Amino acid sequence: MITQYLFYFLTFTAIFCALLVVFSKNPIYSALYLIVTFFATAGHYFLLNAQFLGAVHVIVYAGAIMVLFIYVIMMLNLNKEVEPHKSNIIKIAATVCGGILGLVLIAALRETELGEITEYSNNGIGLIEKLGNVLFGAYMVPFEISTVLFLSAMVGAVFLSKKNIH
Amino acid sequence: MLSLENIINGIHTWLNNTFDPTLALTCEFVLLGITAIAIFAVLGLVLVLMERKVAAIMQIRKGPNRVGPFGMFQTVADTLKLIMKEGLTPDGADKVLFNLAPFIVMIAAMLLLAPIPFAKGVQMWDINIGVLFISAVSSISVIGILMAGWASNNKYSLLGAMRSGAQIVSYELSAGLSVITIVILTGSLQLSEIVNAQQNGWWIFKGHIPVLISFVTFIIAVTAETNRAPFDLAEAESELTAGFHTEYSGMKFALFFLAEYINIFIACAIGATLFLGGWMPFHIGNWEGFNAIMDYIPSSIWFVGKTFFLIFLMMWFRWTFPRLRVDQLLNLEWKYLLPISMLNLLVVTVMAIMGWYF
Amino acid sequence: MSLNRRSINYCIIFALYLNTMQSTASDYLPIAITFMVALGFVVLVMVVSHLVGPKNISKTKLEPFECGIEPQGNARVPFSIKYFLVAILFVLFDVEVIFMYPWAVNFKGLALKGLLEMFSFIGVFLIGFYYILKKGALTWED
Repeated sequence: MITQYLFYFLTFTAIFCALLVVFSKNPIYSALYLIVTFFATAGHYFLLNAQFLGAVHVIVYAGAIMVLFIYVIMMLNLNKEVEPHKSNIIKIAATVCGGILGLVLIAALRETELGEITEYSNNGIGLIEKLGNVLFGAYMVPFEISTVLFLSAMVGAVFLSKKNIH
Repeated sequence: MLSLENIINGIHTWLNNTFDPTLALTCEFVLLGITAIAIFAVLGLVLVLMERKVAAIMQIRKGPNRVGPFGMFQTVADTLKLIMKEGLTPDGADKVLFNLAPFIVMIAAMLLLAPIPFAKGVQMWDINIGVLFISAVSSISVIGILMAGWASNNKYSLLGAMRSGAQIVSYELSAGLSVITIVILTGSLQLSEIVNAQQNGWWIFKGHIPVLISFVTFIIAVTAETNRAPFDLAEAESELTAGFHTEYSGMKFALFFLAEYINIFIACAIGATLFLGGWMPFHIGNWEGFNAIMDYIPSSIWFVGKTFFLIFLMMWFRWTFPRLRVDQLLNLEWKYLLPISMLNLLVVTVMAIMGWYF
Repeated sequence: MSLNRRSINYCIIFALYLNTMQSTASDYLPIAITFMVALGFVVLVMVVSHLVGPKNISKTKLEPFECGIEPQGNARVPFSIKYFLVAILFVLFDVEVIFMYPWAVNFKGLALKGLLEMFSFIGVFLIGFYYILKKGALTWED
């Protein structure tokens, strides 16, 4: 019973804070609401008995990426409460783009075929041992390809920062 | 033999015999809460006093010696003083974030105490990803520090928070890598299993030089992560006043201060658990008599002894090494510790596969 | 018809989700208690301090501390891009460290294959690391 309340609480927190991320004027507050959203999502992982994913979610998103976000926000000096004025054309274009993206997502979700669901029961599928076996067994190639992504990210970061200095 | 586990089991049986199960469970949780608060409070007081006493001994002076015998109640008096002080929120500060930051830092520090095995069978929460839980929760305190620095509306605070953030995140990498060496050797992230794996010898002895290297890396990394000298340039008094908590006063400052000391304790307790066998007594091969004597010492004493030895080591560092510059600090991590710990990890892997440990 | 089946499937997934949670929520009781105790402790201390402490507020007292001189300009100044670089490199290497955990837990079962995978993984990272060093991205002063 209590888990259901927990589930609703976490879901409500996640959605509410995600909305606040969009609507708060101050970018620092947006970043902090995003952290709360990540925590609520991590809570869902924990409830699904996938503790490893939950912890990793907190470490990577709430810990690492949010530090990066906050650094960027502080670096750009976006601390004034007023948003820079944007022209109406940009606003309309942004709305149209967002709407189209939303449409695509909804369409994709509608067409999704759900596979077998009997496997989703409590067999500890989210535990770290099983995850490791799958990641380094069946998904070996995507895992190795992800290193290329990391490499390109490193090159990009170095390139950007060096360009700014000179 | 009187041990912590027996006492806890005794309380558990007595409560269950006296009251009905629900009430007994409630009583146990209340007791747990009281114990937790007592641990926090006592740890803070003892560690601050220890810091001052160790500093005094290193500098051949007496240290606190007026309040109580050997100045034992000095920190109690200091705490009382801090409670009576005014908690200011400066003009131009972001009121909400400024007051929220000490909460985040303190709660993150307190949550870290839950998965630590204090003695044989004494562990509040034995989660199966204990090691990861610790690195997850400790990554939250960075956000608290950045928040405090930004919200204060003070240049020193912002600079201190930036340095602090860069330092903590950088050193988290090599701390994580040295933890992974132990995970490789043990094959588990659960802290109780890591302790049990060291029954026939602590990892620092069983693992030869590679584990010794990762132990040294770990100690350096946690010293930096807790913002302690010689890595205390984030709160360097001579240049940044007090770093990210410059504007904090009274109890808000005290919470940062207490969190810092609890973090030191946690870091050393993790170090003791991973590398020095946690609550496992010291055994030598087949020396039955010697081992029996070592077994006679309660496991909680072993744990506390090892942890406080590491804490003493960190205090010793403080009065031995001069403070680093920020470029030296980041060079040390990114150019030396990180590649060394990555290569060390590969060596440990080969060692574990070949079975080259005892 | 197909929509109907899909919505039933969603319901089943949701029900299974709730069912899965049932077994695990009680495992988190100790950490919940620790959290409550921590929160209670901090709130109590703050409230007591607020009640006991004096409240003499003056203009100069609430000024940001700047070594005794008048505060100059905005405190939230932009700062060096080096910090940003450290943060982004941390994200990358942190993900690397995270990927090692599932491997470290069961590398014995994965044996040589897992070892080779991880060696190439770390190898690529070391190449990237060498690039970063050669580009001088980590030299702080310039």
